[in-house]
Parts: sequence; structure tokens; C-alpha cells
Amino acid sequence: MNPDFQQSHFALFGLPERFALDVTQLDHAWRAVAAEVHPDRFAHAGDAEKRVALMMATRVNEAYRTLKSPLPRARYLLTLAGVDTQEETNTSMPADFLMQQMEWREAIEDASRARDAAALEKLAVQLSDASRALERQLGEAIDQEQDLDLAAALVRKLRFLEKLGQEIDDALEQALS
Amino acid sequence: MALLQIAEPGLSAAPHQHRNAIGIDLGTTNSLVATVRSGSATVLPDADGNCLLPSVVRYLDEAGQVAIGHVALTAISQDPINAIASVKRLMGRGLKDIGEAGALPYRFVDAPGMVQLQTRAGIKSPVEVSAEILRALKARAEDSLTGDLMGAVITVPAYFDDAQRQATKDAAQLAGINVLRLLNEPTAAAIAYGLDNGAEGIYVVYDLGGGTFDVSVLRLAKGVFEVLATSGDSALGGDDFDHRVYCWALEEAGLSGLSPGDARLLLSAARQAKEALSEHAHTRLSAVLQDGLLVDLALARDTFRDISRNLVQKTLLPVKKALRDAGIGADQVKGVVMVGGATRMPQIQQAVAEFFGQAPLNNLDPDKVVALGAAIQANLLAGNKQDEEWLLLDVIPLSLGIETMGGLTEKIIPRNSTIPVARAQEFTTFKDGQTAMSIHVLQGERELVSDCRSLARFTLRGIPPMVAGAARIRITFQVDADGLLSVSAREQTSGAAASIEVKPSYGLSDDDIGRMLSDSLAHVRDDIDARKLREAQVNAQGLIEATRSAIAADGDLLDASERNVIDTALTACEQACLGERTRDINEAVGRLNQVTEAFAARRMDRNIQRALKGQKIGEL
Repeated sequence: MNPDFQQSHFALFGLPERFALDVTQLDHAWRAVAAEVHPDRFAHAGDAEKRVALMMATRVNEAYRTLKSPLPRARYLLTLAGVDTQEETNTSMPADFLMQQMEWREAIEDASRARDAAALEKLAVQLSDASRALERQLGEAIDQEQDLDLAAALVRKLRFLEKLGQEIDDALEQALS
Repeated sequence: MALLQIAEPGLSAAPHQHRNAIGIDLGTTNSLVATVRSGSATVLPDADGNCLLPSVVRYLDEAGQVAIGHVALTAISQDPINAIASVKRLMGRGLKDIGEAGALPYRFVDAPGMVQLQTRAGIKSPVEVSAEILRALKARAEDSLTGDLMGAVITVPAYFDDAQRQATKDAAQLAGINVLRLLNEPTAAAIAYGLDNGAEGIYVVYDLGGGTFDVSVLRLAKGVFEVLATSGDSALGGDDFDHRVYCWALEEAGLSGLSPGDARLLLSAARQAKEALSEHAHTRLSAVLQDGLLVDLALARDTFRDISRNLVQKTLLPVKKALRDAGIGADQVKGVVMVGGATRMPQIQQAVAEFFGQAPLNNLDPDKVVALGAAIQANLLAGNKQDEEWLLLDVIPLSLGIETMGGLTEKIIPRNSTIPVARAQEFTTFKDGQTAMSIHVLQGERELVSDCRSLARFTLRGIPPMVAGAARIRITFQVDADGLLSVSAREQTSGAAASIEVKPSYGLSDDDIGRMLSDSLAHVRDDIDARKLREAQVNAQGLIEATRSAIAADGDLLDASERNVIDTALTACEQACLGERTRDINEAVGRLNQVTEAFAARRMDRNIQRALKGQKIGEL
């Protein structure tokens, strides 16, 4: 019904279609676009405008959420290029990466059992450093080398780390309460 | 022949009229109504000059006559079963959800979805009781405003779940109030504070009300109020501090097994003692029980601090969670805005100051700030001219998910997502020829279904029979700007298969609302039909006006045939307005809405492009 829904998330915010991103520019663009379509602006309007505003504002927030964080952004770029990231199907990982995973998981379990918030915070920092490193490689793979298969493999690794991060978050919440 | 109206150049033929809109703070202990008049927000007092309306409803007789506010409050210990206080704690809650049910003097009736109360006027749901409070506030507003009331923004605790929000909206509908928006209480306070002080940066709102606790972390920048995270406890508030003092008094005086009336009496004395300790280091708690026994105890601030210590600590947990979710350290917070009467307690002030390493901000009246913020937003939503442009971006407080195998929850929309938000998920059948599927929607953070709030169970029917795993059922979860959920489902492979809208099970059906409305109107004779016709006409005229100005501004986006369709619908709408048939008007409005949808979308697109251009110029 509406041409805007065919637009890519990048085009919606007037941003170049690449992994490297100026977060401040994205923030500003999101706020500017959200201000135009937010349902609050159409509270006194007719039902048609209300409906359209709800759809558009939902779409704008979804686009922002997707682009804001590196993993969904990379996944989205690969989808645009027609590359399947195989996150559910392809679980083969290099042995050293798997070893590291197991070590982390054990450390999380130990800290979680001991309700040791400090240890969990420390693990969260380590994990976030590892994620930053993978994100840098992702940027190179997508923007410079255009090696999308490599990028898909990196996305799978990053997804592993994201799951670990969620486990740390849950454990921290338990430890704090 | 009708004369043409000719406007003076530069003046619009229909000067923009101020639309009356109000903000309502529907509180556990007290409720308020505020509006924006000549550019500034003010709380509307009653005839005696009182701003606060105690949130107490007393059923006086079998016919359902009620007393509301102070009069009802004074009767609370002599008529505890029929004088309902703190009903907000019961909104959208089942009997098993109410931990302190035993401590409350009401006659509870267990009902599916939401608990109900047996009163002398019959069984009343918390929605009906709340509607009485809203009706009183609406009447107060209508007395002091000239002209029709367009609608209201009603505040809810940020941590209210979908059931509690829906119950609040139902209560407003029952009271005959057009709800412009449900607004989160801490966000309302942030608006009032932020606009008043030109605040920029990261702010925390610490909102301890009578029965609920909320904390929100916001980023305020250039007229945008962006909620980064919110957390809280929808069953923790000033009431719990009263209860601690009450339990202490029982123990000190060696009392047990009080009658409901005596319990109320002692609880009121406990509350007075608590309030006195905000001003003084020592106070006395005294009450004469119905059998003449005098309870008279000395209570020191230090004792009160000791017996309420873990309640204070309990508020800091959500504060930590919200900061973590927002990715903000306590040292990055520029100010902590204190909201809710319970923040007057010195131990709360001290705990917050210690946690953030700075004195909290108390320069707004903690009782009024929420209602003022709601009035400011109501004014904006009504389309009245504002001194400055501002935008509110709020979030959903609790994750939404569905039940999967083994009684586990799978999150579909994570908490703290900016609303409106929608997420779609695909499901498939696991048996050949399966034509139905049940879905259980949940809200909460825990892994086990039994630890989350059950929002709705529904069955999808009419799935075309296929081999197992071939059907693709796409279920979309949409949370609107009120934070309310709707669920729709569609089978993908068969194309035009059945799409099902689901209304959560705890919400009132239209029949329920109809019954309650006729009940409540039994003693307030009102010409509903005339009111409906008037509403339909006002609504239609507004739409006609808006469509005309849209065409004037962006008519170039329409080709001749599209324009023709819209013009025809416009004329039909105008014709219908001249008549007195509500149904004809509503149909014409529906048609006009339908044919202008694509136009509305194109206009918004154009505005987005303009906004982005403005953005780039702004950056240069």
C-alpha cells in the first residue's frame, strides 16, 4: 500500500548501506523521523491517519533497533544481500572458539552459583571485549573485503557471544536480588 | 440561498479553537485532574479548594448511590466493607495475585481474570470502582471548563502490565471518558519537570506512590523525552510502610484479631504517624478502638526507619535494574526527580541521595507533578498550539512472550523496547491435517510460564489441513503507544486464510461494558442517543476539516481519480452531518477514513523526507 515499506532501513534514515555507522547520526535521524510519524502527533486525527502512524512508527522503531546494534545490523545487511546466516542450522565452529565458549560457560555457572556479582561483571567486560573484536572483523569483512560468507560465520560467532551475555545478565539479576 | 462566509485575509475562516483536554492521575491513595489553561498547567480543585481527591468510593445503598473522596474516606472505619480504598492495587489482578488479600477488609469474590468485591450495591469489579473516581474527576473538570471535553490522558504506573493497563482504559470508557493516551507516571513527571526546567541529559525519576513503585531512566535532549529503561514493583508503595507501622503497633499493644473497622482505624492512625515522622523525630500513634480500648504508643523516626529498612532496600533493586538495562552508571545521572507522596519520608530521601551520590530533586510538588505532566501531554495530543515542540518516546516495561514446549516462555518482544513496537513470529503445525493451534501469551521476565503473568490464551482455527510442518502461521504482536498489546495471526502459504484478532481474556467484553454502563446510568438519566449523535458530528467535522487542510497542503500527491474519490467521500460526510442519523455519519466517516489511508501514508513519507533534509541542514 505504501512505497515506504519497500525502502531499506538505511534509506529510511538517509544513511549509507554499510556496516560502519555513525551512531550519533542514526540517533538524530531516528528522532527526526520518529517525530514525524509518532502516534502522539495523530491523536486528534482521523482513524486512517492513526492507523498509518501506528504502522509507520512501529516500522521506524524496528529499523532503529535493527541498525543500532552491530549483530542485528550485520544480519540485516546479509539478508539484504541474500545471504543466509544459518544461525539455527550451522553450528560448526572452530575448536578453539568452542573451547573458549566452554570455559566462559563454566565461569558463568560458578559465579552464578556463588552469587558473585563482581565476578559476573568481570566476565561481562571480557565478553564485551571479545564481541568488540568480532565486530571489527565483521566491519572489515562486509565493508572492505565484501566477503559475505566470512561475515556470516562471524555473525554466528557473535550470536554465541550474545547468548552468553544474556546468561550473564540473567545471573547478575539473580545475584543482585 | 446561503451566504458565503468570507474570512478576513490572513485569518482562517475557522479559527483554531482551544480543545479542552485533561490529565488525570488516578492514584492509589489520591487522584487529581489537571489541565492547561493559557499556556500553563494547573491542577483543578473541587468547590472547597481541595486538589487531591482521596481515591475512596463508598457504596451508600442498594441502588448504587456513591460517595467519593473525603466523605467516603471519613466513613472508612465505620463502613469498611462498602468504602473501597486503594482499589488500584486490585486492577487487573486475580485473587491469587493479591498477596495481602487477607489484610484487606473487603469481601472478595474470585472471578476469572480479575477479583471482584461484594458490596451492599452488589458485586463490583475494581474497574467499576475506578470508573466512579474517574467520573468524579471528569465532573470536576467539566464544572471548571467551558465547552466540551475532548478527552483525557490517564496515567498508569510504568510497571503496570497489559492487564492492569487494559483495566484502567476500561474504567475510563465506563466513565464516558475518551482516552487520548495512557501515560506512564514517571514519564509524566519527567515531562513536567523537564519542560519547566529546560533539563538536558540523563535523568532518573524515582516514583514511590501509595501502592506502586516505578523508576525510569530518561535521556532528555532537544525536546525529546526518550525513556531508556524502566523498572519497578507494582505492589510496593506508601501503603506498605503504613502496614509496617500497623503491624508494629499490633505487636507493641499486644493486639490480635481486630474487626475490619478497628483494623481500618488503626491503619489510619499508622498512616498519620508515618506522615508526622516526615516532619518530626517523634510522634504518637493513638486510636480508640470500638470497644473503648485506647491504643497510645510513642514512635520515633529511628524505630520507623528500622522497621521499614527492607522496604527502602526493595526500591533500590529496580533502580539498579533500570540503570543496567539503560547501560548507564549512577555517576552519569544528572538529576533524580522525586515523585509520589511517599518520597517525603526522610529514609527514602537519604537512601536515594546515598545511592546516586547527589541530593534528589524535590522542587516540584510530588503529589501534583504527575497530573501536571499528563495535562501537558493531553494538551499536545488534543492538537492545541504549544510553546515548544516536544516528543515522547516511551518503552514497554515487561517482556512479552509465548508458551513453548515444557512450560517455558519464549520472549517475543523484550522489555524496554521503544513503543509502538511489533514483532512477528512464525509457527507451524506438528501433526498432519492439524487445523487448530493454541497460543498462550505471557508477560514477564522469568523463564517458567508459571512465574509470568498470563495475558491471553487463544486458539487459532481454520488453518488449512496440510502435512505436518507445512503450514506457516505468522503471529504478530503489536504494542501500541498506550503500551497495550494486540495479537493477530495469519496463515501464510494459503494466502488469504483466516486472520484472527484477539482480545486478551481479562479485558472487558463490549457486552460487559454495555451492562455496566446501563447499571451506572440507572440513576443518572442521560440522553445517550443525543450524546452519541453530537459526538459523531464533532468527530466527522474534525475529520472533514483535517482532510481539507491536508488536501490544501499536499493535494499534489493525489492524481485526478484519487482526488475525485476523496472529494466524493468528503461530500457524503458533509451531507451525513446535516442529518441526525448517527449511524449514517459514522459510516460516512469510516468511508472517508478508508479512502484517505494511502494519502495519509504518502503525506507522512513526504514529512519524513523533509525532516531528514532539515536534519542534514541542521548538521552543517
